[in-house]
Amino acid sequence: MTITEKILARHAGKKNVTAGDNIWVDADILMTHDVCGPGTIGIFQSHFGKHAKVWDREKVVIIPDHYIFTQDPHAKRNVEILRKFASEEELPHYYDVGTEQYKGVCHVTLAEEGFNVPGSVIFGTDSHTCTAGAFGLFATGIGNTDGAYIMGTGKLWVKVPQTMHFIVDETLPEYVMAKDVILRIIGDIGFDGATYRAMEFSGEGIHCMNMEERMTLCNMVIEAGAKNGVIAVDQTTNDFLQSRTDRTFESVESDANSVYFSMTRYNSRTFEPMVAKPYSPENVEPAKNLGEIKLDQCYIGSCTGGKVTDFVAAAKILKGNTVKVKTCIVPATTTVNQLLSTEKVDGQNLKEIFENAGAQIGPPSCAACLGGPQDTFGRLNHDEVCISTTNRNFPGRMGTPNSKTFLASPLTAAASALTGKITDPREYLI
Amino acid sequence: MQAIIKGKAFVVGDNVDTDQIIPAHHLVYDLDDPKERQLYGRYAFSGVPKNESGLPDGSVPFVPENQSKSEFQIVIGGKNFGCGSSREHAPVALHMAGVKAVVAQSYARIFYRNSVDGGLIIPLESEENLSEMIRTNDMIEIDIEGKELINMATSKTVKLKSLGDVEAIIDAGGIFEYAKMQNLI
Repeated sequence: MTITEKILARHAGKKNVTAGDNIWVDADILMTHDVCGPGTIGIFQSHFGKHAKVWDREKVVIIPDHYIFTQDPHAKRNVEILRKFASEEELPHYYDVGTEQYKGVCHVTLAEEGFNVPGSVIFGTDSHTCTAGAFGLFATGIGNTDGAYIMGTGKLWVKVPQTMHFIVDETLPEYVMAKDVILRIIGDIGFDGATYRAMEFSGEGIHCMNMEERMTLCNMVIEAGAKNGVIAVDQTTNDFLQSRTDRTFESVESDANSVYFSMTRYNSRTFEPMVAKPYSPENVEPAKNLGEIKLDQCYIGSCTGGKVTDFVAAAKILKGNTVKVKTCIVPATTTVNQLLSTEKVDGQNLKEIFENAGAQIGPPSCAACLGGPQDTFGRLNHDEVCISTTNRNFPGRMGTPNSKTFLASPLTAAASALTGKITDPREYLI
Repeated sequence: MQAIIKGKAFVVGDNVDTDQIIPAHHLVYDLDDPKERQLYGRYAFSGVPKNESGLPDGSVPFVPENQSKSEFQIVIGGKNFGCGSSREHAPVALHMAGVKAVVAQSYARIFYRNSVDGGLIIPLESEENLSEMIRTNDMIEIDIEGKELINMATSKTVKLKSLGDVEAIIDAGGIFEYAKMQNLI
């Protein structure tokens, strides 16, 4: 069996499962946030009772992160609903807005707070829940009804997915980031190239990545339609978890005789900085071919591109330079935000580097990655053309219907901020 | 489940994502408040680019301005319908606008699950791309049992794929109803 099959079998109390089986599995974590949480709670209470208790208080994690720094009254009401529910249910894992508990983007929070335990099953009412698969676990996005069902029972039916195996040989060149790897793969297999399937990654080019980069890789498997992405546990995973969780776990690996839907081998030396053009993440092209595209804005943030590794990469390019276009820096979480003041590139901290370069730093949340209310930091309110480290470039995704988003790595986004045009970061790294 | 679904078709293209079905800034209305829930119907498909809204001609409003019900009960989509976010607000929006079924060549899986488990709309799959043989405003009849779609405007018939294992959940009216019937909850 593959990693995905093994984890699902164990959580269904079965010795074996085969791709295509419909099984009921036990959830280890149910995560929800301010956009889908209220609807999930509403369905939960309508079926299990107004004062029903969740199946396991320790396993329900509520992380408001989408519409936080806005005056929108409806968005504020959503957070109120979460607050009331968390209080009534006495939930220990609620990261309330306006308190020291507040964290920011849910997928990065799950990792930082030690919820991503290898071998476990995580469901979240957000499509990028697949991010957590970087920790050798099964994680997938679901809707409100499924979330409510888990809230009451701790169980959900899933169809065991077939696995597509991607092997990347050789360590990545310094100008290639996880974002470039996943954009290349999505470009190769298409926007729906992995629909209903798992994407498993292995090889030196994957295991040379730190945990944040692995999260970026697994984060975007949904952009190929995949149910989950997964990377087997190694020393890097263990090192990351050591200070963050005391839960014991068993590393799960795919058997040598696993049945895969497909196996694709890449040599990382063939990778280069990639950009996905509007309006689909599959619409990829090497950054070097797009030098004619003029930009109005650069956005570095989100679960995909707002982690410490992302900002270190951007800082390497921006240090000592001045941006030519409006550049928004949005740390994914409060932890990442704090690290901007302590992490250094050539002796200078990231915050100073960004401020000296003329970039604006916003408060930690999902912010303009998905547009959001009008007053959202970094939102494209005037049909801007933006290069962004986020995950989607659908029509109107980051703001007005005529705005345009080009997806790229933090290295490419930062290099482009300096020239005002899409720029291959090798021009600054070499 | 209704055995026969009849209605006017609204045709869209490939890769219609959930931001097009219901743009993110609308995700703040209370799903449990009957009046606010109607707003999801009002803004259904409001993110579809104008030239792709109601193919082949485009520029067809899915819901008349300031109303929450559409005159179209059947949506015809292409490949990868409902891709993107996990927001259940997307099938809710179509449901609230009065859509009974979507017939697409393929679906993104979370949208498909939400449609089925939420008991919101019936997601049917066709073998071929229907945008060539169905125009927006054509009257359509879907025979669920016979797995057939008839375009009343042209009398053309196409085969639909079997719903498979999820048919029982759709029949029950959603995951909760299904689980009750199976004595799971």
